[in-house]
Amino acid sequence: MLCQECGQRPATLHFTKYVNGEKTELHICEACAREKGELIPGSSSGFSIHNLLSGLMDFDPVGLSGAKAQAQTLRCEGCGMTYGQFSKLGRFGCARCYKQFAERLDPLLKRVHGNTVHVGKVPKRAGGLVRLRREIDGLKREMQSRIEGEDFESAADLRDRIRELEREVQNG
Amino acid sequence: MGNRKYTAEALSPWMKGEAPDRDVVLSSRVRIARNLRHLPFPMMASAAQSVEAMERLLQVGESGRLSGLGEVSSVRLTELSELEKQVLVEKHLISPALANHAQHGALMLGPGEDISLMVNEEDHLRIQCLHAGFQLKETWDTASKIDDIFEEAVDYAFDEKHGFLTSCPTNVGTGIRASVMMHLPALVMTGQINRILSAVTQVGLAVRGVYGEGSEATGNLFQVSNQITLGQSESEIIDHLHAVARQIIEHEKAARARLMSDSRLKVEDRVKRSFGILSYAAMIDAKEASQRLSDLRLGVHLGLLPEVDEGMLNELLVSIQPGFLQQAYGEALDSDQRDMTRAQMISSRLATHA
Repeated sequence: MLCQECGQRPATLHFTKYVNGEKTELHICEACAREKGELIPGSSSGFSIHNLLSGLMDFDPVGLSGAKAQAQTLRCEGCGMTYGQFSKLGRFGCARCYKQFAERLDPLLKRVHGNTVHVGKVPKRAGGLVRLRREIDGLKREMQSRIEGEDFESAADLRDRIRELEREVQNG
Repeated sequence: MGNRKYTAEALSPWMKGEAPDRDVVLSSRVRIARNLRHLPFPMMASAAQSVEAMERLLQVGESGRLSGLGEVSSVRLTELSELEKQVLVEKHLISPALANHAQHGALMLGPGEDISLMVNEEDHLRIQCLHAGFQLKETWDTASKIDDIFEEAVDYAFDEKHGFLTSCPTNVGTGIRASVMMHLPALVMTGQINRILSAVTQVGLAVRGVYGEGSEATGNLFQVSNQITLGQSESEIIDHLHAVARQIIEHEKAARARLMSDSRLKVEDRVKRSFGILSYAAMIDAKEASQRLSDLRLGVHLGLLPEVDEGMLNELLVSIQPGFLQQAYGEALDSDQRDMTRAQMISSRLATHA
């Protein structure tokens, strides 16, 4: 079979797409597939980050394999996604999944990020006190690195700012 | 999307003009992933919920809150043809995922095309900012301001421990992905690239080719980005990427200087041969075109091709992509026609500018 696009090279890639029950077939050569690039799902990369994640999630610590089967059927009350689906797709269905699957989440986040706790930006409206505490923590880290860099003057400025914020937290 | 200027021109306004470290860094990008608190993420949302998310986010754009950014145009993806979507992907204004898979996807674009807000991609909202050259901090500042504006108007999915919640666990926490697109021909030519790139991946950053397939880079263009989004603050992430990118820039510049002192004639020969081929070829495939345009870009920065304008090279980078060629040609092209149109496009641009 010749490539549908160029009509010259043999078609080596065959795609079947179903959209709303309608079937379309595509037979093309690799050169044309590369030209079309991202238009054809699956042609650009056979292995996505989500495949990798599901691999990480299947890796269970010894002794938990009994609990694993049980966990597969754990279902998020928010969106109805099961843990089994999550570990296959590598993606959460809604914000509540993070709470529902919390127990099994930390080892995964640790593997991906090396961390399990957020230290960055906090939304202003939802944040409130959390935001202040985060800012203080950030300033403390900054102060430490200034001290290590022997930049004592600016470290002192940071110390004053930290005290100010701590007073704000105490006053609610 | 009014006058269609977003798909008509290959070169976005933000790419024009002077920018810091432009000879190595083409662009800096920051993307922020956010979701609405009370709706399932796009993958699990019903059609009605997707519409609701879209309307709520588009409303913020239309409410005038973003007016500080100039006139923001919004469009629903269903209003665009397949070709228009592909062109927007080639200009890096939308992601392939938004173009091909989004249910009730929408896009808001700033007038300079430096700001692109994607709705119902993998997450409800993806804020993307682009700056020319090496301007990571400025890019983050712009993106963060837009994030603040949305946060005033909608409730984000956020929890104290995990930060901003995203569909994919690789984005959770800050939800930011910062990247720089770098042109590294001298590191490739001198065989240092693999050593440098593997060092980069060891410090928690990712590298990929820009227009190439998988990790292979065509045209010596590499995108370096952060991988970790949880447990580091945004400024730590930006500073880290900035510091590593700065080192890569210095290595590239040193390698270029060495090429000029040790093998100037060979480099000049290579650059000028590529200029000759691009000026006179009757057909050229995308891979060869990218490689030879990379030679020209290097030649411009080494002062070997005073007649060639860098802005034109940036424009060609986008306009030789399949979607743009088809748009310029006016109808669907087979592979030979594409190679022919590409060759004509390049040679005519070189002739008018040289």
